[in-house]
Amino acid sequence: MSGMRGLSVFISDIRNCQNKEAERLRVDKELGNIRTCFKNDKGLTPYKKKKYVWKMLYIHMLGYDVDFGHMEAVSLISAPKYPEKQVGYIVTSCLLNENHDFLRLAINAVRNDIIGRNETYQCLALTLVGNIGGREFAESLAPDVQKLLISSSCRPLVRKKAALCLLRLFRKNPDVVNADGWADRMAQLLDERDLGVLTSSMSLLVSLVSNDYEGYSSCLPKCVKILERLARNQDVPQEYTYYGIPSPWLQVKTMRALQYFPTIEDPSTRRSLFEVLQRILMGTDVVKNADNQRKVYAMKFIDAFFLFAHLLGIVNNYICTCIYIYKERDILLPCHLIQYFSHVSLDLLYGMCDVSNAKGIVEELLQYLSTAEFSMREELSLKAAILAEKFAPDLSWYVDVILQLIDNAGDFVSDDIWFRVVQFVTNNEDLQPYAASKVREYMDKIAIHETMVKVSAYILGEYGHLLARRPGCSARELFGILHEKLPTVSSPTIPLLLSTYAKLLMHAQPPDIELQKQIWNVFKKYESSIDVEIQQRAVEYFELSKKGAALMDVLAEMPKFPERQSSLIKKVEDVEDTADQSAIKLRAQQLPSNALVLADPQPVNGTPPPLKVPSISGIKLDHESASQTQSQPNGDLSKVQSQIPSADLLGEMVDPLAIEAPPVDMGSHQRVYREEDGIPDEVDGTAIVPIGDQANKVEPIGNITERFNALCLKDSGVLYEDPYIQIGVKAEWRGHHGRLVLFLGNKVTSPLTSVQALILPPAHLKLELSLVPDTIPPRAQVQCPLEVMNIRPSRDVAVLDFSYKFGTSMVSAKLRLPAVLNKFLQPLQLTSEEFFPQWRSLSGPPLKLQEVVRGVRPLSLSEMENLFNSFRVTICPGLDPNPNNLVASTTFYSENTRPMLCLARIETDPADRTQLRLTVASGDSTLTFELKEFIKEQLIAIPMGSRALVPAVPVPAAPLAQPPSPAVDANDPGAMLAGLL
Amino acid sequence: MRLLIRFILLQNRQGKTRLAKYYVPLEESEKHKVEYEVHRLVVNRDSKFTNFVEFRTHKVIYRRYAGLFFSLCVDITDNELAYLECIHLFVEILDHFFSNVCELDLVFNFHKVYLILDEFILAGELQETSKRAIIERMSELEKLE
Repeated sequence: MSGMRGLSVFISDIRNCQNKEAERLRVDKELGNIRTCFKNDKGLTPYKKKKYVWKMLYIHMLGYDVDFGHMEAVSLISAPKYPEKQVGYIVTSCLLNENHDFLRLAINAVRNDIIGRNETYQCLALTLVGNIGGREFAESLAPDVQKLLISSSCRPLVRKKAALCLLRLFRKNPDVVNADGWADRMAQLLDERDLGVLTSSMSLLVSLVSNDYEGYSSCLPKCVKILERLARNQDVPQEYTYYGIPSPWLQVKTMRALQYFPTIEDPSTRRSLFEVLQRILMGTDVVKNADNQRKVYAMKFIDAFFLFAHLLGIVNNYICTCIYIYKERDILLPCHLIQYFSHVSLDLLYGMCDVSNAKGIVEELLQYLSTAEFSMREELSLKAAILAEKFAPDLSWYVDVILQLIDNAGDFVSDDIWFRVVQFVTNNEDLQPYAASKVREYMDKIAIHETMVKVSAYILGEYGHLLARRPGCSARELFGILHEKLPTVSSPTIPLLLSTYAKLLMHAQPPDIELQKQIWNVFKKYESSIDVEIQQRAVEYFELSKKGAALMDVLAEMPKFPERQSSLIKKVEDVEDTADQSAIKLRAQQLPSNALVLADPQPVNGTPPPLKVPSISGIKLDHESASQTQSQPNGDLSKVQSQIPSADLLGEMVDPLAIEAPPVDMGSHQRVYREEDGIPDEVDGTAIVPIGDQANKVEPIGNITERFNALCLKDSGVLYEDPYIQIGVKAEWRGHHGRLVLFLGNKVTSPLTSVQALILPPAHLKLELSLVPDTIPPRAQVQCPLEVMNIRPSRDVAVLDFSYKFGTSMVSAKLRLPAVLNKFLQPLQLTSEEFFPQWRSLSGPPLKLQEVVRGVRPLSLSEMENLFNSFRVTICPGLDPNPNNLVASTTFYSENTRPMLCLARIETDPADRTQLRLTVASGDSTLTFELKEFIKEQLIAIPMGSRALVPAVPVPAAPLAQPPSPAVDANDPGAMLAGLL
Repeated sequence: MRLLIRFILLQNRQGKTRLAKYYVPLEESEKHKVEYEVHRLVVNRDSKFTNFVEFRTHKVIYRRYAGLFFSLCVDITDNELAYLECIHLFVEILDHFFSNVCELDLVFNFHKVYLILDEFILAGELQETSKRAIIERMSELEKLE
């Protein structure tokens, strides 16, 4: 701070200001002063200039605009002495950015410093260019910077800066580094011993190979060597170890670089890499209980993990890898690591749980539940509940866990969970007194969750009498404690409480007149309840309880529930894909001891399903509901009807003509199409051509269209299944890139041959499917990664043309791939300050399109919100003053559009939920149109809720098919309704 | 193409910026807006949540030391933990340099902090991870002044 008293005084002054106003006055005064000095005094001493420039930076940092003096800052760059030069460089790189014209003035001075002999000046210049250099810098300076980087006479200090400076220039203009000329030098750089230079060079390499790895294969073995050197801690100076771990950042960067190479050809390099990764993943260098070290370890772990998965070709099949790692290490990851791993680790824990460790894992999950992000809690609690059920060492422990779960995270415990615990208790007599006493304990807590009230009421009603001899558990006391909760619960819980009261009354032995009086009072009070359910129960229980013996019959203990598969497990299995299931099954089997073996096919399902010989030949191809109805041999009418609107609407809706056709007609409508043959092609580019009609006797299991629709909203699941094969999909999306893995699982004990998978890409997607093996061995699973790149917005769908031979019969299917528009959306929530300016700036067609959509499936606003959120268009609550309207935003990624903000507004009519007005806006007209159409399809089709609610769709009285017009019709009732809102 | 660190902010609880370094070109007004928003995002976040928050289309990795928040904005797909430790290493370096660093050191020596940062991170990438190398470099530079 020597010699800059003026600056210190100024900072102190600012600190002493009592309020913002005073600060502003002081700043204005100083700015005025600096301005005058810069203006008048041409002979300003370098010292003064330096002081003023620092002050400008400080003022800038305080949040004030400094719109002058840039010239002075830049001119200091060419000052002859170091102190002034330094200030010039630093302040310039803070105040200016690459788009400022002033910066161009400095190019020459900067270049002189770079090619000059003064090392310190070289450093300053390289730093400036590295931080704010733009395209012009790239063009004029890249060769000089490259020279410095590879020069043997330069100190490491200069070279590491040169490496990063070159990285910046490369980002601004990739042409400045050419693989032909640079790859060898890059490889040489990786021989560097100095870890500072190596760290910077590695960043450069990551950037180069992320752009294009071609030509850099000579760097591969060197990266592996570096990783080996670090993992084995050979020749790593003490100063580069961080909490005992040799340069974890360099390790992470190296692993990142390796991830950009698709494969490693050389077997010995591959082997070395596996060894080193194993070493990292085992965490042999981690000291137990060293908290900091564990965190550092975690950071390596993630990248090592991805690389490992990448190499094994089981991309993101976390669980397989994790089970493997876990088995090898035989330790659990500590809780705080789990927090870092978030969702990934949840899958991990879930996957590796077995009888021996279930207790530990479930307790860990419960503990984590109270600190987890809200978005995770529901999944967490569901998984904890399932694990507890599957692996419970004894049933009382299971009851404990579920009650604790409800107590910790009641809001996130779905009804399924408490239904299940009630089922268990009902079916296991020895559990009943325990469960009753346990819930009785919870009832003593001051505030308990409503779900807890429900469980407790149910269990105490049924089994409360088993506790009668214990203190505080007489019927009257149980009633008292339950009744206290009644004012706090919502109306669906009240009927449950009334039933409990009736049961308590019945069980009270000897009959308790006082209790009877109290309970009758409650019944009387609810006799006139506005809620029909409550009213009915109150009246009936009141009457019944007067009858004595009859009451005993009616309110007898609930019979045992028929034993069935847990609805919870079913729920999760519906959600999880084949890979996960097989992973869970893997647990029971012997695990391979060598990492490489893991890539080998694993059995998919334990037992092959019985083979079915369908009586009617017919292929259920893809999403054609018509062919579905045809090929269903015994399809009863109601089933078919209920399927029609749900199963094919998405396909239908792509065709605008069909939108308003009554659903019942659609079957025939489609059938006509089929007879005409080939016409459905135009629907969405999915060629539905019957292949080998006669030979094909294999029927898919489940509805392909529903499977596809479900996969459009989630990232993993089953795409196709028939008696021989199951095709699962797991996808991951990042910006406009996506990576799908197809899991082809042979379900039977003989091989499937002539396996062929062909992708028919639509014009807007770039798709690359890795090699699909010709044969799938018996009961094995193979995985085929598929890279997807989105070039521009479009709703067209990619099709997988899949065929194989089983015995002599050829089976083929054309399957739509869930690489649909919404996968390239990234949820984004905007505040009103962010939303409205954007909304206003996008005015009118073609960037903003509006349409009144009719025939919408009626949804409540909250259901609609969920729907939007499920396809990653985020609802921004509270932005629209009208509570009947929703406003949403999202970001769309494609190569052509870059990340593009999309906005949407939905105006609903509370009087008629089947119509709404939809407005979509974005900076790209195609995108706006495609997104609008996409949302419309979703609103009309809604694949998710196709089951129960379908009959609610009003069938318009056979209106003529009417193409929707993007423009708003002024006479249209929807527009009028919008006017009213 | 991936850009690693987009900006680094050092702010106190009241939202006063103590250091702001941008590796992407932003206009003045945009910078002020970013600083305001990041502060609002991290200052009220419950400490039991992770140190990673989504920010526009990116994410902010932050860590609190006494009354100071160190925030880095990085790509969504980047390794959060590596950046979290980056912040810690930066704080260790500052602590070493100022011997027991406190906010006042950073206020009155803000220009030194910029110098240290330039030795630590360049072009939005980690440049040097050796504390000793950076401290030695700083004393070299001080001799020149």
